[in-house]
Amino acid sequence: MTAPAFRTCPFTSLKVDRHAEMLIRANAVVSVVALLVGAVAAVMLVLTRWQAVHLLPAVWFYRILGVHGMSMLIFFIIFFEMAVLYFASTALLNARLVVPKLAWACFGLMVIGAVMVEWMMWAGKADVLFTSYVPLRAHPLFYLGIILFAVGALLVTVIFFANLVVAKREKTYEGSLPLVAYGAVAAAIIAIITLLHGAAIYIPTFLWSLDLMEVDPQVYRMVWWGLGHSSQQINVAAMVSVWYMLGALTVGAVVLNEKISRSAFVLYVLFISMASAHHLLVDPGMGPAWKIVNTSYFMYMAVLASMIHGFTVPAGMELGQRLRGYTNGMFEWLRKAPWGDPGFSALVFSVVVFGFVGGITGVAIGTEQINIIAHNTLRVPGHFHATVVSGTALAFMGVTYYVIPLIFRKKVAFWGMAKMQPYVFAIGMFIFTMSMTFAGSFGVPRRHWDISFSNAPFDVQFSPAVDVLLAFVAIGGLLAATGAFMFIAIAVKSVFLGEPLGEVTRGRAMAGVPQGLTHPPTHAPNVDELNAALHHPSRGIFGVAPGTLALAGVFLLAFVLYYFVNWKVLSFVWKIG
Amino acid sequence: MTPETHTGLQSPRGVWWKPAHKAEKVWVAIAFGWCMVLFAMMPLWHLKGGQNPSGIRRKVDPEAFFQRTQEFIAQYQIGDDRGMPIVAPPAGSDVYLTAMAFQWTPILQLEKDKEYVLHLSSRDVNHGFSLYPLNINFQVVPGYDYGLRVKPTEAGDFRIICNEFCGIGHHIMVGRVIVLDGAPQAATAETAVVAGGDR
Repeated sequence: MTAPAFRTCPFTSLKVDRHAEMLIRANAVVSVVALLVGAVAAVMLVLTRWQAVHLLPAVWFYRILGVHGMSMLIFFIIFFEMAVLYFASTALLNARLVVPKLAWACFGLMVIGAVMVEWMMWAGKADVLFTSYVPLRAHPLFYLGIILFAVGALLVTVIFFANLVVAKREKTYEGSLPLVAYGAVAAAIIAIITLLHGAAIYIPTFLWSLDLMEVDPQVYRMVWWGLGHSSQQINVAAMVSVWYMLGALTVGAVVLNEKISRSAFVLYVLFISMASAHHLLVDPGMGPAWKIVNTSYFMYMAVLASMIHGFTVPAGMELGQRLRGYTNGMFEWLRKAPWGDPGFSALVFSVVVFGFVGGITGVAIGTEQINIIAHNTLRVPGHFHATVVSGTALAFMGVTYYVIPLIFRKKVAFWGMAKMQPYVFAIGMFIFTMSMTFAGSFGVPRRHWDISFSNAPFDVQFSPAVDVLLAFVAIGGLLAATGAFMFIAIAVKSVFLGEPLGEVTRGRAMAGVPQGLTHPPTHAPNVDELNAALHHPSRGIFGVAPGTLALAGVFLLAFVLYYFVNWKVLSFVWKIG
Repeated sequence: MTPETHTGLQSPRGVWWKPAHKAEKVWVAIAFGWCMVLFAMMPLWHLKGGQNPSGIRRKVDPEAFFQRTQEFIAQYQIGDDRGMPIVAPPAGSDVYLTAMAFQWTPILQLEKDKEYVLHLSSRDVNHGFSLYPLNINFQVVPGYDYGLRVKPTEAGDFRIICNEFCGIGHHIMVGRVIVLDGAPQAATAETAVVAGGDR
């Protein structure tokens, strides 16, 4: 094997392995291509569900819905996560990529798998939607494509761990893993659990599609969601890592307490894979005890983990800002934050929408009995677009504004537009997810071409409020899609036609370079004094982060309110047992 | 001892298992307490609440379930609406509803405040039982009989929307449930048919 070639990063003085760097680039580029396909599909879908427009014919609506799910939830996100794994196990640790040839082979395998899946779906040979519930049947190549993609992704997580072991042995870093890398480890462990579920379900299903074996529809649903929901938990762990990273880059966010943050990641690893149950709460295959234990991640331990990160991330940002001298009042740290840095605004919106919309609705509809008034309605996509799109995708977009200068060594193109992009995307997604959630509360089904039921044998007339809500879904969706297209234009222009980064002078603003790089967050000269004062026992429980504690209180109030309103609404329907 | 000021991108030096600040401890305690409330609500609702997805659950051959539905129709049919039988089972009985692409068989006529065991299953692929406009939803899985004890608490002419993608005709798959206030009279079924929409 050839000796690794490194370059030294001018900002962080870390050594960057060239193979790892090329793989980060390649995965990021494919990820953005998948995002483009998914976003075009999204526009067509919202314009169809907006009954006044009703763009696509039925066949194409369901087909494009499958394309949207696969392109976004699997290809866009997992290719991006592969880039995160390479970054966290090499550049962040000063370390080398141990098996570059195998890594490239994995990349090739994943691309081939993805192309096969897309081809089958666009050709109309896999009209089974994202979930492909047996006994709906697709062409065998569809299942085979997913298997190839998953094998590639599984091997990349193995390479990730190999990198970590070698880095430790070669002593490329001192002390423990940085928190961001620790979070990536959690994501990688969850990825292995998830991908093994994927193998356990797609290999039998592939054989079933060749008439070689039987697959039970209920077992399929259980194991498939061990892949389907757990893969969203990879996203959560990866997203939280990115939160810590963006906090560090943009405002010098401090890790308040390593023990707490790391324990929360351990809770994810231990409990989060039980979430398959969220999709089976009103299924005939399982009993109440199984449902309660699993849907609650064994007594809500993974929810606890998210509530911890949801506090420590903003609290770390608050302390970071206070140590820079923004100590006045409750919220000076927030007012004087770099809102023009797209990395920062993306971080804030990601935390807020993930928590307030995604988290709260998720816990409510994932409650065994409340699921009766939520299952398969628009409340479900309302929830997961708030977590995986407004949360994960937006965090990944935010970090891309740092990846472009740090890894691609280019200026961020269309800089004025880049500053606006997180706002457009987040506002669009907020409108979209809220309207979807409320439309779902009226019982509007998800994955449905025509809720005016114009060709159905019996008439169904939803409340006029539903029409208004679905129009808002479309408007929010189009706004968010605009944000996605802005992001794609910025990323593509920067990477392929971008201006080389050149010399960056500290303290001088520069178009195309985020503030966290031109003005790296540095502590005030009297930092020790500030820190000691903030930690002084006389400050009581408000301590280092009073603003965050107040915001957390608002969050808890919204959570409690929404949760109990749902129980109240449930109590009005028929008696069922 | 000066508290830590490093970021998540830097390696913590030495032992990182250190006591947390009071603010963090308080938040973790509140969050933990709330998680216990969330957890306790589910078993509590099984004890005190009126809506639980427990049911009587067993495996069943899809064709056998469809045959049972046919027998059920033959036993209690009182009329039909555009070819779909209307069935009025007595209070307390087992009620069978088969889902298949793209219809719900048969139309059920129930009585308010009477309990029934509603058996749901599918003859082909997964379907979604969604009772409109009440927004009561259950998954219908082929090969599984989901027997739910239901007690309608209001009268009306309800629809069953399919809310699990089941193929190209998914969006026209609508069924019907009629709930009468009081015991049905001979004429009531006819009235119900007329009320069932004029499409």
